[in-house]
Amino acid sequence: MKPKLNASNAVAALMCAALILLPVYSAATGNIFILTLFTRIVIFALAAASLNLIMGYGGMMSFGHAAYLGIGGYAVGILAAEGIGSGFIQWPVALVVSALFALLIGSLSLRTRGVYFIMITLAFAQMAYYVASALSRYGGDDGLTVYKRSDFAGLINLSDRNQFYYLCLACLFGGLYLIWRIVNSRFGLVVQGVRSNEQRMQAIGFHANRYRLVCFVIAGTICGLAGALLANNTDFVSPAVMYWTRSGDLMVMVILGGMGSLFGPVIGAIVYLLLEELLSQFTEYSGLILGPVLLLIVLFARGGIMGLLGRMRRG
Amino acid sequence: MADPLLRVDNLVRRYGGITATDNLSMEVVPGELHAIIGPNGAGKTTLISQLTGQVMPNSGTIRFAGRDVTGLPSYKRSRLGLARSFQITSLLKDFSAIDNVALAAQAHDGHSFRFWGNARKERHLRDTARAALERVGLGKRADIMVSQLSHGEQRELELAVALATKPQLLLLDEPMAGLGVTESARMVALLKELRKEVTIVLVEHDMEAVFALADRITVLVYGRVIACGVPDAIRRDEEVKRAYLGEQHAVTRHG
Repeated sequence: MKPKLNASNAVAALMCAALILLPVYSAATGNIFILTLFTRIVIFALAAASLNLIMGYGGMMSFGHAAYLGIGGYAVGILAAEGIGSGFIQWPVALVVSALFALLIGSLSLRTRGVYFIMITLAFAQMAYYVASALSRYGGDDGLTVYKRSDFAGLINLSDRNQFYYLCLACLFGGLYLIWRIVNSRFGLVVQGVRSNEQRMQAIGFHANRYRLVCFVIAGTICGLAGALLANNTDFVSPAVMYWTRSGDLMVMVILGGMGSLFGPVIGAIVYLLLEELLSQFTEYSGLILGPVLLLIVLFARGGIMGLLGRMRRG
Repeated sequence: MADPLLRVDNLVRRYGGITATDNLSMEVVPGELHAIIGPNGAGKTTLISQLTGQVMPNSGTIRFAGRDVTGLPSYKRSRLGLARSFQITSLLKDFSAIDNVALAAQAHDGHSFRFWGNARKERHLRDTARAALERVGLGKRADIMVSQLSHGEQRELELAVALATKPQLLLLDEPMAGLGVTESARMVALLKELRKEVTIVLVEHDMEAVFALADRITVLVYGRVIACGVPDAIRRDEEVKRAYLGEQHAVTRHG
């Protein structure tokens, strides 16, 4: 499929260019805050993109996706606390543990559909939250400070604002590229086919759940990477990143930006976190405004912002 | 007679107090077009669903190509060469026509844990799909979204999807349902062609079509087989006439 020149692709291209040039702007204007803010946004965009893989393409409404943010983060934090500072160990561990967790909860929750699936994924994420709260050795409720960012043997310095930002951005673009390949591959078509009509897919010879499970694990692993980035970004990890409202935030980003669109979650994360940031300067109750915005999007713009842009050209 | 391709023995399926399939036995031999008829509620679709594995029987056995498949899930039966079309059109609505068929071909071309290459660019999958679409007369509609296809075209697409799995046995659940006169005639002509290549079990209400196509007919009433034989014998069968009284005109019209 060749990329077509339309509003949504143009916006996606502009967005990527802006994200790449952001550190230049930040350096030129001396505005460090915007770089810090966007580092966070890029990390959440990666998490949202991974959720989009199962939610948008796979039709699996996981309400526990933030669990992987915590698992990836704790993998980095706990290893750092135990004196293992190398990113070459921390990050693979973060990915593997996230994948195993996804395998465990996926193989149980994928036996169910619809509301039950949402509830089971939520329950597992909450369990992870309470387990983390009970880890008194690693800060328990108060969380765990990461005193030293992951060390990549001098290849890249994560404490350098610009380098870290570009690392996060590279992870985001890499993740999106991976998702794009997956979505158009044999595997991706099967997963989307199962979303569309599971009975039909079984009847033509696909063991639907096996494909869904693998997709679920891939998404969890990518989100685990976002978790490792997040812990390095905040130099801190706490059970709060796994709380169900965080999973809700990720869902909102995906729906806001456009489910089943590659760049939807990125624009969703940008809009959501920017709005949150802006509104928090005026009011404590940013939800009062964010809520109705989401409501309008869901009611009048199925397919989110990307869906709106896609319609503009035809409209 | 040749060894049966499909053999059903003493199949029973109950839904609460209703016995939808009541101690049913039947055989389908290779190369025949075997029609199953019966009044509404006779358990035809329930039978088809048990044959393909969407519904599991309470007791009895189903043997396909000499192998007991009673406990096999539907995706495994599909790999053995059992394909079905659905009475109520069941397609991937947000996919194009050719994607629907190519996925069916893909399902029978090794596993699909391939994450990198673009599946829509795999020549042999596309070619197989295009051939199946041509076969049912949808060659020009390949890139249209299923939701944009007419009802008749969707029925034909159902058939193309089933064909793309290269089945040994094709189970067609009312392929004529909801079709107009011309569309029906096209479907009958198409089935006449297909029957030369593949064994077919046809569930159909359109008696004209059934008597025009079938080698043998099995008549179901309340989940039981009351008669099985060549069309002429079925037409003359007293029990069929009695049981089928409401639709007797349909049977005798062609008698």
